[in-house]
Amino acid sequence: MQYIPNILFAILLFVGVGFFVKNIQKLIRNIKLGKDIDRTDNRSARWKNMANIALGQSKMVKRPVSGFLHVIVYVGFIIINIEVLEIIIDGLFGTHRVFQNLLGDTFYGFLIGFFEILALLVFVAVTIFWIRRNVIKIKRFWNKEMKGWPKSDGNNILYFEMVLMSLFLIMNATDTHFQQLGIGNVVSQYLAPIFSNFSESILHIIERSAWWIHIAGIFVFLNYLYYSKHLHILLAFPNTFYANLKPKGQFPLNATVTSEVKMMLDPNADPFAAPPEGASEEVPEKFGASDVTDLNWVQLMNAYTCTECGRCTSVCPANQTGKELSPRAIMMKTRDRLEEVGKNIDANGTFKDDNKQLLNNYITPEELWACTSCNACVEECPVNIDPLSIIMDMRQYLVMEQSAAPAELNNMMTNIENNGAPWPYNQMDRLNWKDE
Amino acid sequence: MNVPTMAEMMAQGKQPEVLFWVGCAGSFDDRAKKITKAFVKIMQKAKVSFAVLGTEESCSGDPAKRAGNEFLFQMQAMSNIEVMNMYEVKKIVTACPHCFNTINNEYPQLGGDFEVMHHTQFLKSLLDEGRLTIEGGKFKGKRITFHDPCYLGRANNIYEAPRDLIKKLDIELVEMKRCKTNGLCCGAGGAQMFKDAEKGEKEIFVERTEDAIEVTPDIIATGCPFCNTMMTDGVKVKEKESSIQVLDIAEMIANADDL
Repeated sequence: MQYIPNILFAILLFVGVGFFVKNIQKLIRNIKLGKDIDRTDNRSARWKNMANIALGQSKMVKRPVSGFLHVIVYVGFIIINIEVLEIIIDGLFGTHRVFQNLLGDTFYGFLIGFFEILALLVFVAVTIFWIRRNVIKIKRFWNKEMKGWPKSDGNNILYFEMVLMSLFLIMNATDTHFQQLGIGNVVSQYLAPIFSNFSESILHIIERSAWWIHIAGIFVFLNYLYYSKHLHILLAFPNTFYANLKPKGQFPLNATVTSEVKMMLDPNADPFAAPPEGASEEVPEKFGASDVTDLNWVQLMNAYTCTECGRCTSVCPANQTGKELSPRAIMMKTRDRLEEVGKNIDANGTFKDDNKQLLNNYITPEELWACTSCNACVEECPVNIDPLSIIMDMRQYLVMEQSAAPAELNNMMTNIENNGAPWPYNQMDRLNWKDE
Repeated sequence: MNVPTMAEMMAQGKQPEVLFWVGCAGSFDDRAKKITKAFVKIMQKAKVSFAVLGTEESCSGDPAKRAGNEFLFQMQAMSNIEVMNMYEVKKIVTACPHCFNTINNEYPQLGGDFEVMHHTQFLKSLLDEGRLTIEGGKFKGKRITFHDPCYLGRANNIYEAPRDLIKKLDIELVEMKRCKTNGLCCGAGGAQMFKDAEKGEKEIFVERTEDAIEVTPDIIATGCPFCNTMMTDGVKVKEKESSIQVLDIAEMIANADDL
């Protein structure tokens, strides 16, 4: 009988982690639906980016208030997890505060005291986050893509963190032995008087409940990640590692086009020549992207990494002037469609055509044509997401597969074809300015 | 103006120090042609040996690529590369950040390996080498704000060359609240120059001009013919033509010297 809590804990741990691993496998499978792209060059620069941007939060603090608060929550999250290790060992082996004996009272007290201060700071920071979202109503949290689930998702995460931090402190405050020892109860000693009227057995029950709900809450939160925007706590690291290192103005070359263009420009090429022996006769690759599977896996990982903070949208010139385009919505819609494709595969084994695609069903041409390719969104993203690359791939599809550019752009392109300038001026007049 | 072409140079058996890539705006747009001429005057004064492609120049392909027409972009790029390789061009300078970005970043993969400089970088290098001197002249003491072109700034991380040049003019450089990495686009990039904006509440160029007006400048300096057009339009919309001028940095340097 005495092992029942240990067994229960083991089951909780197994189910919690097992379900999470299953979802992560699904996540990886979905990301791999994207096209291949080589981002393994220049590893030292990539590690450096990850260290500075993800680990070091260098782009977060460009906005000092939210950046500073975020650093508190981030540091708190990582460090308080050391405590989770103790909880897991205690839970599995029926020990109580196993690290206390292992580390000695002084060091253990120092650690727990540090965790308590962090827990309080995280609680305060998260409360301010909640106020920024719901009371001050900072504009970027109220754009139209933030209605419904995205809005409640944002708040759910804050509630989760508030509750988890409170449970951690209550757990310590109601641990009579820990309070009597007087080591590390830096914050919880001020909570302990609230419980001073309770009998020891009731206190024990509260302490045990807080302990169980705290660890169970952590497992629930872990599994909430996959369904939430909160995946960034994991994906920020690979996302910054695999991010584009080239100048932001350099858009990728479409190599499929290159061979065709070379043939067109080669005066010796015989357009009627039979394809060389062994050349594949498959249908030429589709130009650009109309669905998530036309995007590359980094772009799909970007979509899962996005935590919907909206910094991109708040700096987007199109969005600020009331256009439909919102770079955050581009990422959210890409993820929604990818999830839909993933569920389709789960249900049917392979993807079964659902007469839907990312273009039109999720992202409209109006959004795509509003982009000025200014790179403000790319520059701003705290985890190096690149919404612009998706916009450009989709424009390429619109123009090259559907000839669906706005009429004025078709005129511009016709001019370039005919006279080598976007306006209808004769190429022979190109040097006239020198004599004007 | 005496502006030699690469063909003329080649006929004389000469190779210029640098090819001046004029660009479509610089060749055809009335406002941008003034920038072209100002830059030529400065190069002549600094005794830079340069040439242009003239009628052999064609659109760099930037607006086609940003509009999504990769095919047209590569056609343009490859024919331009062919022409420039034929003339054994090594170094290119251009007053258009879009041409600069495209030739510098997107031509190499198609066989066009050139050293490409934006005109502000080039002028800065002339200054550093002592081949060019810049004096305040008529701009002395004026308040000037610099609008960062996206394709120079964020796209290629060039923020200081234009500012270093402006500062040489004995002026007061005031920064807009959104500048450098945070600079707001003028609204012309990504082929927007050639179409009407999508439905919205406001024009981007007006939003950006308001940023500039906020710091009450005498001059809005730019380094891009398209930004120049947009900011000029913005100043007109805000009815500030009498108090605010929009000038390219090359024009300012040339005007200061009464070139």
